[in-house]
Amino acid sequence: MELGIYSFGDVQKDAATGKLGSTADAMRNLLEAIQLADQVGLDFFGIGEHHTREMPASAATVVLGAAASTTRTIRLGSAVTVLSTDDPVRVYQQFATLDALSNGRAEIVAGRGSSTESFPLFGHSLNDYDELYAEKLDLLLKIDESETITWQGKFRPALDNALIVPRPDSGSLPIWLATGGNPHSSVRAGLLGLPISYAIIGGQANRFAPLAELYRRAASQADASEKVKISIASPGFVGEDAAKAKDIFWMHWHAAMEQIGKIRGFAPPPRFHYDKEASGDGALFAGDPEEIAERVVKLHGSIGHMRQFFQTDVGQMPHREFLRSIELLGTRVKPLVDAELGAHRPAMEKTDAVGA
Amino acid sequence: MPSVHKIGILGAGRVGTALARLALTAGYEVSVATARPPAEIALLLEIMAPGAKPETAKALVASSDIVILALPLSKYATLRPDLFAGKIVIDAMNYWPPVDGAIAEFEGVASSSEIIQRHLPGALLVRSFNHMGYHEIEQEARPQGDPDRRALAVAGDDAEARALVAAFIDRLGYDPVDAGRLAASRRFGVGTPIFGAGYGREEVAGLLSAARAVA
Repeated sequence: MELGIYSFGDVQKDAATGKLGSTADAMRNLLEAIQLADQVGLDFFGIGEHHTREMPASAATVVLGAAASTTRTIRLGSAVTVLSTDDPVRVYQQFATLDALSNGRAEIVAGRGSSTESFPLFGHSLNDYDELYAEKLDLLLKIDESETITWQGKFRPALDNALIVPRPDSGSLPIWLATGGNPHSSVRAGLLGLPISYAIIGGQANRFAPLAELYRRAASQADASEKVKISIASPGFVGEDAAKAKDIFWMHWHAAMEQIGKIRGFAPPPRFHYDKEASGDGALFAGDPEEIAERVVKLHGSIGHMRQFFQTDVGQMPHREFLRSIELLGTRVKPLVDAELGAHRPAMEKTDAVGA
Repeated sequence: MPSVHKIGILGAGRVGTALARLALTAGYEVSVATARPPAEIALLLEIMAPGAKPETAKALVASSDIVILALPLSKYATLRPDLFAGKIVIDAMNYWPPVDGAIAEFEGVASSSEIIQRHLPGALLVRSFNHMGYHEIEQEARPQGDPDRRALAVAGDDAEARALVAAFIDRLGYDPVDAGRLAASRRFGVGTPIFGAGYGREEVAGLLSAARAVA
């Protein structure tokens, strides 16, 4: 099982004055977090495109490019690239460049994004949400298939025998389809034979088990079972002490929920709600290393994912807390999970066992 | 009152499939339709809502005692008004610009359900389910009398349709709270204290009358 981190480049806050730190500092802190994640043996770091004062990670590949030259083994990706409002040609060029500089460690996690600030920013209409995504995913996959492309669609000028370079050494880039649980997305990923990344950010995490099954069945229908690969992205924070870890994460998770709730018009969930989701089969992975390892292994039992990665720096969490959690995830949680499930089993998918 | 056996759900996304499972568990016959041909959602339903039948929207509306709208709001104009004449229809959708984008005809004081009612003038439209998250709707269902049972507000212009929907909600595992006419659904849409909060019957009733007092 692979473990990792994802971040939106959360801006820190001065504890004494309550003043928000600079967005530039947040980018430098983000780079430091990736370097530490690599040093402690984590497998993946993803940056999620956002364009806000609190979450300024708008240009993920630049940060990942800096990380490429100062890290050794960690895989570097988006979480997610808001493909609907980007140009697939540009996305591919940037990630293929990152792949070259990192010696094959780049991954694209393509989604629609649950935050929508990129739509007005880049002049797209949310009313085209489904169509935009379908068309851009189609183009991105075609670019991955061949170096020259002839293509036309509705939202981008046509391409006539266009050369898209650089090309990845391995011939293609991992392109994950990210979804928050709409069943149609699981069908789409399965039929296309794409790896799928589930964002499980609330409620009970094991409710995604039927979706994983749907994804596998759709892949099997398309004769793509050997391409089946599932990852899970969830909020998570690891501390030495379980109760303290839950308290710290509550403070920042709640602050983030308040910010989002204000924009989207919902009341932030109360503490008892958080406590329910931060235990058992809930989607919030806050606790001590033993508890987090146990819950990851249990979830693996119902979903069979090969990677789980956590969003830790939310709601202006102090940078030292973020780094400490990364360290514990790598040095304490990972060995426990590996002991249960074995290290790096990218081909461990349930369906593979059938004909073996 | 006529009895309710068959529930038809338009939409097979997160909300539609969660409501389908909930209704199946409560013993209803359930069918689901999307914009795609029924065969294309057969696998999806087999796994996400075993027992639910894929149908065309037209056949589903004609044969269902209650129809639930669980499609993206922006697609509402694809609903054919003639099919819905005299049907009891639950609108579970929301107008949610920060998440789904702005739609000109939904800007203004009327609730999105009032706009839907204008599009489907013959439907006995009732708004409910919209203020609870799809990730909670199954796990929070409780039997009658359970102290943790949550409430769902119900608004619609036809009193009998409201009562039938209330009985359906009760059987699914929630306390229905009668909010009155459809315009009252403004009091439990996006941005109201009820939206997304997860309250019980007394709290929802209290918040609805508090909103009535200031309206």
